[in-house]
Amino acid sequence: MRDVAIISTGMTPFGELWQSGLRDLFVQAAREALMAVGSPSVDAIYVGNMSGGQFVGQEHLGPLMADHLGLAGVPATRVESACASGGVALRCGFLDVAAGASDLVLVAGVEKMNDGADVTNVLASAADQETEVYHGITFPGLYAMIARAHMARYGTTEEDLAAVSVKNHRHGARNPKAQFRSEVTAEQVMTSSMVAEPLRLLHCSPVSDGAAVVLLCPLERAREFTDAPIRIRSSGLATAPMALADRADPTFLDAVSLAAGRAYKSGGVTPSDIQVAEVHDCFSIAELCVLEALCFTERGSAGELTRAGETALGGRIPINTSGGLKSKGHPVGATGVAQAIEIVEQLRGEAGERQVPDATIGLAQNMGGSGASSVVHIFERV
Amino acid sequence: MPSPRYWREIPSRYRLEAAACRGCKRVIYPKRQVCPQCGGVEFEATRLAHRGRVVTSTVVHVAPTDLQMEAPYAMAVVETEEGVRLMVQVADCDPSEVLPGMEVTLEFRLIRKEDHGGILCYGHKAVPVE
Repeated sequence: MRDVAIISTGMTPFGELWQSGLRDLFVQAAREALMAVGSPSVDAIYVGNMSGGQFVGQEHLGPLMADHLGLAGVPATRVESACASGGVALRCGFLDVAAGASDLVLVAGVEKMNDGADVTNVLASAADQETEVYHGITFPGLYAMIARAHMARYGTTEEDLAAVSVKNHRHGARNPKAQFRSEVTAEQVMTSSMVAEPLRLLHCSPVSDGAAVVLLCPLERAREFTDAPIRIRSSGLATAPMALADRADPTFLDAVSLAAGRAYKSGGVTPSDIQVAEVHDCFSIAELCVLEALCFTERGSAGELTRAGETALGGRIPINTSGGLKSKGHPVGATGVAQAIEIVEQLRGEAGERQVPDATIGLAQNMGGSGASSVVHIFERV
Repeated sequence: MPSPRYWREIPSRYRLEAAACRGCKRVIYPKRQVCPQCGGVEFEATRLAHRGRVVTSTVVHVAPTDLQMEAPYAMAVVETEEGVRLMVQVADCDPSEVLPGMEVTLEFRLIRKEDHGGILCYGHKAVPVE
């Protein structure tokens, strides 16, 4: 296997982008990444996208996006793993370069959610249609059940959940590409409208449009394109039972734990080596469960860690310096690639007001459904 | 939904038909072709007892289109006496009282009405034990 590097990035702002369609978002981010390295073409394209078919009635995104980039002819594949589609697309590109099959690979994540689709129903299609959605559960409802189980088992409180949202909004306020560049107070979070008890509106990531792109090449060729390549040290992917009811412990995200274990092992690193991480906070409770599954803290203790400020900028392990899905926005298929871009900026020292001093190793964790799939990447400055 | 899709699920939804793995004895609901615990492929048909306990729950305030008139309503993961867990709505009670540990029975009910002259969808809901 060859070492693989990220050599450039491109990203649209995240938000309600009424002027741009699905293809416009992709082309904008892809051209930014290509122009940064002065390359007009690539050997392969991977497009992470959860549900173009349901959101805008458009499938077959591989050839569509290659065509609109002026690259018809190039091998192009759409990758789907619900909200982990972007992260899994990154893994496909990583494996393609590592295997020696392609040299220059474009990995994209893109989603257009604000074009009239019934978003609640589309997102619910990442849950089990026959045994969960049929009976009336929603996506926030599934995470609300995880939250209630975590509260019952470990004594996690509404204040702990609110602390995640407050921290991520504080980070996102410093991110020019974030959907919500405003801080919120714990009181605002805890009095916002109820979505699925105990989760309120300000515990939930928003409905977003956006695209994110990274270019990959073999590490040994990276300096042909950039002075600041970021090595993808390892990649781990895992699955868990699809339905929440089929998981032995609803408070523990097995897929995250397995994916992280694989990434730590093949990367030769331990959780304490990670200096900055982007994690999948689609709901505030998800960030807490992910921190425990990544072994950043003991099971049941992530709420306390968060309230103590250890996961904020300046803390022991800054989490979601971009603002996370909560504040930066969550165009579902784009999220996994956008997470990688935040870590690249941190490791390059280009994160401005959000910079974690001297970060050399970072991690990105992306998740599909209520935790049925998860992908973890570890990055390092070289 | 297309009627064959609805019709296929009737045995598990109307009668709580499940499958007991001949290898590891685990009861699987709804039935599958491969046991998720031991990989076994031989099963005996069984039916779930209509009794269980809430493992975790929520109250849905922002509901899917078909159920908007019912919100807020309680949803729960219920574990039956066979150790099977299923996702159900909890009816005939104050939704805020549905919490982990609550004892429930499973009753045959209308689950939802599809819009525009669609199927009336039946199945089981949980009801608290008095």
